[in-house]
Amino acid sequence: MSDLPAYASTGQRLWYYGFRIICGLIFFYLIFPILVILPLSFNAEDFFTFTKEMLAFDPAGYSLKHYHDFFTNPDWQQALTNSFLIAPVATILATGFGTLAAIGLSQSHVPFKSAIMAILISPMIVPLIISAAGMYFFYSRIGLQGTYWGVVLAHAALGTPFVIITVTATLVGFDRSLVRAAASMGANPVTTFFKVQMPLIIPGVVSGALFAFITSFDEVVVVLFLGSAGQKTLPWQMFTGLREQISPTILAVASLMVAISIVLLTVLELLRRRSERLRGLTPG
Amino acid sequence: MSEASDTVLTTQDGRPLKASLRKALRREKLRAFLLIAPLLLFVIVTFVLPIADMLLRSVENSIVEETLPKTVQALASWDPTSGKLPDEAVFAALAADLKVAVKEKTHTRLGSRLNYEQTGMSSLFRKTGRHVKKMKEGPYKEQFLEVDKDWGDLDVWQTLKRFSPPYTAGYYLAAVDAQQTPDGIQMKPEDQRVYLLLFGRTLFLSIVITVSCLVLGYPIAFILAALPLRTSNLLMILVLLPFWTSLLVRTSAWKVLLQQQGVINDFLVWIGVVSNTDRLVMINNQTGTIIAMTHILLPFMILPLYSVMKTISPSYVRAAKSLGATDWTAFWRVYFPQSVPGIGAGAVLVFILAIGYYITPELVGGTSGIFISNRIAYHISSSLNWGLGAALGTMLLAAVLILFIVYDKIVGIDNVKLG
Repeated sequence: MSDLPAYASTGQRLWYYGFRIICGLIFFYLIFPILVILPLSFNAEDFFTFTKEMLAFDPAGYSLKHYHDFFTNPDWQQALTNSFLIAPVATILATGFGTLAAIGLSQSHVPFKSAIMAILISPMIVPLIISAAGMYFFYSRIGLQGTYWGVVLAHAALGTPFVIITVTATLVGFDRSLVRAAASMGANPVTTFFKVQMPLIIPGVVSGALFAFITSFDEVVVVLFLGSAGQKTLPWQMFTGLREQISPTILAVASLMVAISIVLLTVLELLRRRSERLRGLTPG
Repeated sequence: MSEASDTVLTTQDGRPLKASLRKALRREKLRAFLLIAPLLLFVIVTFVLPIADMLLRSVENSIVEETLPKTVQALASWDPTSGKLPDEAVFAALAADLKVAVKEKTHTRLGSRLNYEQTGMSSLFRKTGRHVKKMKEGPYKEQFLEVDKDWGDLDVWQTLKRFSPPYTAGYYLAAVDAQQTPDGIQMKPEDQRVYLLLFGRTLFLSIVITVSCLVLGYPIAFILAALPLRTSNLLMILVLLPFWTSLLVRTSAWKVLLQQQGVINDFLVWIGVVSNTDRLVMINNQTGTIIAMTHILLPFMILPLYSVMKTISPSYVRAAKSLGATDWTAFWRVYFPQSVPGIGAGAVLVFILAIGYYITPELVGGTSGIFISNRIAYHISSSLNWGLGAALGTMLLAAVLILFIVYDKIVGIDNVKLG
């Protein structure tokens, strides 16, 4: 597949290039919607399409006014603040609990392992709308509905499966004899954990934390149900913006969020390479 | 060794080896459990109990018994098939119950609850609530009939009696467009059936989305697996960037692209495919939902397919070709069967995700492109018929869990990989 042999027939040649063109089109479908909002967010008009000036690359067609609006509008700023108040706390909870549990699950003798795993992974499986409905019912019974902690706890629960999966993945290749070696040289379990195990699993922990962070940061269904006006997050503000009074500021916010995703993607890739190098696997 | 079989092996401190090993194993199990316990407890409280609460709410019906305790008791001896109205004792109990309920303002809630089962109940309870305080001591039956002649309607009493027990299947019946009538369970009139249609549409759209993801994802995964690592890693960015981009960003992008004054329509008008007056309607209908959701879920198809295709050795296809197979035969008879596990994993994953989607259909689906989840949200936040919302949610959850068991059989829960 990778190269066309010299003896290829016309049909094979046609198929070879045809297939590449098809794939190119699908790649275009994947990436185009994300790329198109970047230039549109610099539109000088309040339109959602390219103006004549923009197509002519006339500087007058471009402006930063939507970004300016985002950074000065109190609604958007409040939403941004709320997102940054909720996501890190949810991430810390999810990562702390999740890492401990993943270490526990990787031990060789765990009673009811598959049942426990099923429960711990379930927040990832159950559709968000159902989680949101259940949490809304239950949290209003115990007085957490419409509170900051209600949203944080819900987001932490949704983020834990990702931490468990990523940390478990780094523990799969973990050599248990390293722990025994440390113990034989007189290190107590706590020292062993922080000096031997932790440095090796840290890439998994960090990528799990990133997943948990992005889960909370992007989450809109649960916060729509559980939050009150005081917990309006960035995705919530975008959701209402898209549904009610669609304003081009959304494109500026979206472009900023694409930038955040690019940074996250890069960090994750670097972590993956580091983890594979540390565990002695072939560098990706 | 024959002599040693009697003597018990001991550890250095003199304890029997077996007991010592057992103790070590026990300690290890305990340590593992203590590490898991905090998260287990956390997930149970923040997630499992809420789901259990939803299941409970889908059958719970204690509101009738709580609001009208005496009436429910008095109604116990009434035969709903007798064709006669309940006797004076029931009316007296109802008056006493309603006086309390009006004071606590719970009668309107009961009215709206019973209104789900029979229209007119809400206004009946509200109207009666206004008059019940002025009722005189003495025969209540006439006074009730004077306030509203509906109290002389057998249906009202049959409904009240039918929903007296603390649990009900009424919400589930409503969720499949059926209702309990005096003559047993019957389907609702044709023009009131909503949910079966909506379940059917959710299923249909999810299948369409899964199939389009497969059709688009298979070539991409194939070419990624076949290209040299350096090139495929670069192209992988085009798959991972959408995967990592916020769902709302991608939905807003599609909203911008698909609307009538949007980029795609502008482009089509510019190249002259469609005229300026009849621009394509691609949003707020099923087309919008399918295009946007296929885009959003495509990476979930490509990644499992890719990880399976990566393990297929190219020498099988080469061997087939050297034995005289054409390109197509080699692909279809040798390569494709090996990629089936990837198709299974990707398709089930995409289907599970699609069937429970809420945000994208809500924003680009209009009225014809919405899913059952949008209806659940509507019942919880707008119509406040929580029981029906919970019943619909439980049915959706059951469907997802069945699919997930299938997924577990194909891929295994431990093999879930990210990124």
